[in-house]
Amino acid sequence: MSKLIFEKSREGSNNFSLPPAEVPAADIKDSIPVSLLRETPADLPDVSEVETVRHFVDLSHRAFGVDNGFYPLGSCTMKYSPKINEWAVRLSGFAHLHPYQPVETVQGAMELLYNMQNLLAEITGMDALTLQPAAGAHGEMTGVMIIKAYHQQRNDHRRTKMMVPDSAHGTNPATANVVGFDVVEVKSNSRGLVDIEDLKNKMSPEVAGLMLTNPNTLGLFEEEIQDIAAVVHEGGGLLYYDGANLNAVMGISRPGDMGFDVVHLNLHKTFSTPHGGGGPGSGPVGVKSPLADYLPVPVVSEQGDKYVFDYNRPLSIGKVKTFYGNFGVIVKAYAYILALGAEGIKDASQQAVLNANYLRRQLQQDYHIPFDRLCKHEFIATAKRQMDESGVTTLDIAKRLTDYGFHPPTVYFPLIVKEALMIEPTETESRERLDDFVRAMGRIAEEARREPETVTGAPHNAAVKRVDEVTAARSPIVRWEG
Amino acid sequence: MKYTPNSPAVVKEMLDEAGFSSLDELFTDIPDTIKLKRELNLGPGRSEMEVGRELKTLAARNLNTDDYPCFLGAGAYDHYIPAALDQMLLRSEFYTAYTPYQAEISQGILQSIFEYQSMICLLTGMDVANASMYDGASALAEACALACANAKGEKVLLPDTVHPEYLQVLKTYAISGRMEIVTVPSRQGVCDQEQMLALIDQDTAAVVIQQPNFFGNLEQAPSLAEAVHQNKGYLIMAVDPISLAILKPPAEWGADLVVGEGQALGNSLSFGGPYLGFFAATKKFLRKIPGRIVGQTTDLEGKRAFVLTLQAREQHIRREKASSNICSNQALNALAATIYLTLAGKAGLQAIATRCHQLAVYAAGELEKAGLKLKYEEPFFREFAVLLDDPAGANRRLLKNGIIGGYELKDAMLLAFTEKRSKAEIDRLIAVLGGKA
Amino acid sequence: MNIPNDLLYTNEHEWIRVNGEQAYLGITDFAQHHLGDIVFVELPEPDTEISVGESIAVVESVKAVSSVYSPVTGMVTENNEELENSPELLNEDPYANHIAVISISNPDELNSLMSPEAYAAFCAQQEQEEEI
Repeated sequence: MSKLIFEKSREGSNNFSLPPAEVPAADIKDSIPVSLLRETPADLPDVSEVETVRHFVDLSHRAFGVDNGFYPLGSCTMKYSPKINEWAVRLSGFAHLHPYQPVETVQGAMELLYNMQNLLAEITGMDALTLQPAAGAHGEMTGVMIIKAYHQQRNDHRRTKMMVPDSAHGTNPATANVVGFDVVEVKSNSRGLVDIEDLKNKMSPEVAGLMLTNPNTLGLFEEEIQDIAAVVHEGGGLLYYDGANLNAVMGISRPGDMGFDVVHLNLHKTFSTPHGGGGPGSGPVGVKSPLADYLPVPVVSEQGDKYVFDYNRPLSIGKVKTFYGNFGVIVKAYAYILALGAEGIKDASQQAVLNANYLRRQLQQDYHIPFDRLCKHEFIATAKRQMDESGVTTLDIAKRLTDYGFHPPTVYFPLIVKEALMIEPTETESRERLDDFVRAMGRIAEEARREPETVTGAPHNAAVKRVDEVTAARSPIVRWEG
Repeated sequence: MKYTPNSPAVVKEMLDEAGFSSLDELFTDIPDTIKLKRELNLGPGRSEMEVGRELKTLAARNLNTDDYPCFLGAGAYDHYIPAALDQMLLRSEFYTAYTPYQAEISQGILQSIFEYQSMICLLTGMDVANASMYDGASALAEACALACANAKGEKVLLPDTVHPEYLQVLKTYAISGRMEIVTVPSRQGVCDQEQMLALIDQDTAAVVIQQPNFFGNLEQAPSLAEAVHQNKGYLIMAVDPISLAILKPPAEWGADLVVGEGQALGNSLSFGGPYLGFFAATKKFLRKIPGRIVGQTTDLEGKRAFVLTLQAREQHIRREKASSNICSNQALNALAATIYLTLAGKAGLQAIATRCHQLAVYAAGELEKAGLKLKYEEPFFREFAVLLDDPAGANRRLLKNGIIGGYELKDAMLLAFTEKRSKAEIDRLIAVLGGKA
Repeated sequence: MNIPNDLLYTNEHEWIRVNGEQAYLGITDFAQHHLGDIVFVELPEPDTEISVGESIAVVESVKAVSSVYSPVTGMVTENNEELENSPELLNEDPYANHIAVISISNPDELNSLMSPEAYAAFCAQQEQEEEI
């Protein structure tokens, strides 16, 4: 069993040292009242460097990244993270900049941010950009706040509702709630797309806008997007684009041209920055000109031949985090866009969509594909056949896939499809990898038929067997108690 | 440079097998009217060498803290990052992994998060901590939102000694209409406890104290906890993790929610991000705090295992009823903090904090000898404000002398002293500020 | 699906057993089955006033969360403290383990609730609608 770092602590093992003191070793108590001081030090581990390194190396062996293998998580866009980007962000001239340095001393960083604003505006078809939000959900919050501020500025205080499709990612309705809106759900029709009649019925002077992703979470392009935009705009609302699925359409169609007013991007999805086990991400937000005044401060601008931070924006919603954004993530995405260029960006989307449709066609044989038509960069399969035949569920299939060396797809999302497997291969997978995946899925389907216990008992090869989530939630232990 | 591995010949084969005659045919579901009819204006792709050159050129146009000693603090600190740390972070099983939803194949990541949560609890004295938030400011905003959701009142009181950007972020989050942010004028660089006490009433959801505060001063407001608790409100503290090696943990202040900026724990300055918001609470709040939480459990064979738990709080389950929308957080930065705290260790962190303090005390003494005055008379940690007639002018002189000076206030300069600052650097700083260089 | 004959039901899958002016409230077998293993119950405070349709409790499982809505107006006189340490009781026997007891202020509201037969039909319809 793997030990916790605390369990490896041995007094006196740690050799961390500072250079000898050059100034008087003043007693803390001389200048800080005792009432403000700790009585006992925090019981942090006391571990040597060699054992610390071994500890984290060992932990890394019980993790699985894109660099380990295929990672078809729907809506996460687990594409390859180019290593030149890791090199770039570690350059002293990027890593060792204090955010409050005088702007004259950081013109290279400001130029990068300014250029990035423009590149992303071009890719999305928007007019103005902020790079401040630290993640997709953070960008959603920023964008929805901008929508709220816009209506408030027009003295339209009736718009207390925000519409989201029933297939929406959980962050959409959560964001609307956090910003103070009531959520109205719009139904999907039998084709898996927004039901325009339902939308028309629900659009009203009380609705501030509609949050959509396109293609949607079923991997299907909202073909009636222009009509959808018209309904919302004619009703006085704004249209919000959740950019999680942008990887499907870059260089082919732009949300700005589809009619969206506000857009957020996920640099850690579409623009290859690594997921880090749960972050850091970056969620830039783009808007059309009428909304530019509301962007968070500061905006990076040009003033003559210099770059400056523009704080003079009285209608700005303010700040959503300290400083300017996740600069270290932005650098990586910037390098990525430079490397790909216009042709490469379009190629990425084309290959992503090809890979998804290729897989969809291959998996049809063994798996139920509820929307079996041209998809974009991801599609849904379900465990319906396996459930009907032998009671094997999506969860079982996901666990068994790990035995074959693959990370499972997204499971049980979107909520409107039962036993869903959302599969997004991304463009950085070779045909061989895709065929391997298809073969593994085929073997699992076979196992589900012949020896379902192999699937329901999975995983068999992982560090642990299925974990007891119920006890973890009933009697939570969330820290080491010693 | 492209990262797509299939050659045009393979692409053609795949198209055939999938039943398409061309790549364009994959996009017939997109109406022609919204198709882009031109190339994106992004320029041509570049080889890796060219990307490298361009980025190096941009980086070289920046003055960095490797070359110039940095006395800037104000929420981001130039602490030493041990060499082993980055090598661990470069292990791609860590940095190219997704959120550990599949517990069985992610035990390494889950365990590291559990260790991080534990360390935050050890430093702050609190019962529970989450897996991270975006930064100190947004963590504070979420703590205030949580307090308002749980208390009867909706007022959040804070002294104006809180970081001005934290205050700005709070006001932005208050766009929800569910929080009223009230700033209370400070007195001589610290919170005016009397005034705060006078303002605490039944409508108060929370009182916020930042320790050390924005000016580096140590707040002494021991009566606030009781007063706000009596009114069924909460004490929220925004704290500095390095200082917690020697300062009283917020749990002992009676804090209910504790947040802060974890950048100082092994994360480079990186021009402002990615940083690390930590969030800790008393047990009472466990099922209400935002963010991911890793819990300890067992697997089917009784082996100890870790898993993301209490997910019923989160957006993917609560959706429009969720009190926070956070999804991706700052996992890799939290891992950096965990590794940092292990490499520094129990004694090491104390040594670092003590050294920062001693350097700051030394600098304060030398500044006074040079004829300069500190703006405030309060005890401070790692940072203080020195009165200057022309802080901007002083910074220009410092730059010319190869020093990155402190944060400019109207009449003073906020100077930070981390363990990286040498006596020579400090002496030179003071020589320039004192007009002797 | 277990649907006892001596109870009244709501379309949010709550049951209510009336005992004079006291009403015992819980969640049905349908509800606990759909929630899965229940891990936590947020109980109402005693002496709280509650209106019909207002959320009176929250039931959490590993993968879901559900509000429990009061079918009547009145005052919460007690809650079932056993559920604090053993939320799984709701899975084991949802009808033997009530969540709260309410003293009813408006008995006419009971007329809007479903009979066991009506509830059974309602559940059958819900199951059908779930198939995509």
